Amino acid sequence: MAEIPEDEYLLKCTTACAGCSAALALRYVLKAAGPDTVLVVPACCTSVLQGIYPNTAFAVPVYNIAFAAAAACASGMSEAFASEGKKTNVIVFAGDGGTVDIGIQALSGALERGTNFLYICYDNEAYGNTGMQRSGATPIGARTTTTPGGKTDTKKDIDRIIAAHNIPYQATASAAHPKDLFEKVKTALATPGPSFIHILVPCPPGWRIPSDMPVTVGKMAVKTGMWVLWERKYGELTINGPSRAVMKKRLPLKEYLSLQGRFKGITEKQVNELEQQLGKNLAMLAKEEAGEC
Amino acid sequence: MSDPVAMSRPRKGAAGKTGTWRTFRPVVDREACNACGLCAMYCPDACIDADLEIDLEFCKGCGICAQECPKKAIRMDREER
Repeated sequence: MAEIPEDEYLLKCTTACAGCSAALALRYVLKAAGPDTVLVVPACCTSVLQGIYPNTAFAVPVYNIAFAAAAACASGMSEAFASEGKKTNVIVFAGDGGTVDIGIQALSGALERGTNFLYICYDNEAYGNTGMQRSGATPIGARTTTTPGGKTDTKKDIDRIIAAHNIPYQATASAAHPKDLFEKVKTALATPGPSFIHILVPCPPGWRIPSDMPVTVGKMAVKTGMWVLWERKYGELTINGPSRAVMKKRLPLKEYLSLQGRFKGITEKQVNELEQQLGKNLAMLAKEEAGEC
Repeated sequence: MSDPVAMSRPRKGAAGKTGTWRTFRPVVDREACNACGLCAMYCPDACIDADLEIDLEFCKGCGICAQECPKKAIRMDREER
């Protein structure tokens, strides 16, 4: 395992909320990517947490762009670097809204074209930057400002949509497991062609958790099987680290839900529905890993 | 020379001294600390250095370090100001 470098590419400090795990995830993404990196950031929390003009807290070049255009922009950028013979990493760092809802067509296009880039979706399961409106990635039963009674629709399974593009490298990660995240970003950048990493980032104001809890909640998401850490290299799926043990024995889902204020009004029926989806997802992943489907 | 485009340059303190946001201050009990480094690993703003010293000029006081410390060596004390 590669040693995590001490270099920091997020200078003290960004304007991220206290306890922001998106900033934590980005810290490790940039540590893995190194200084020869360009970030493409569509509208999301990361576009507002850079600091105030004429200063920025980011020590790598950042290109801020419209919601729907991030992957298209990265495509052009990656081609331009390639034609100049440069090996600069092009990384899109987009939120869940910019990935599963608004940015999906550009992303699908870039994956289909085989663009050499890394697309990272950091998922706080709502539009955090504009005030926690529901997104396609919000899970069932979660309260947001536009679903005050709890969301009635299910979370869009972006990972299976991406998997349908048959890209060389795809993974899920969590801000609460930075070493695993670091390794996956390293692997993704070493793999030619498009790669995609989906990171779960618990959001203190949005999930209505205290600012010291994001790491605990992130770990709990993995322990209950609500979030599974896996990677798929050229079609071969491996379930990683703590999620291996969870496949055999997992904590009850209630332990994850009860930590968060956004699930306060969740009904028994919705909990059962979440539980069923979760079981189905785990079973499908286990089958795929065993090579049965 | 002025920039041809509106471009921000990297600088420490780009968002001001974020230490002023703090309502609770982390206090490390050096006797109990076993220098595992988990606090530095989980700090979202990289305010804990390799010697595990906390930079109070920028620490936002989220308390993740205290929550994740396996030895419970970090205490969060209310800021007096």
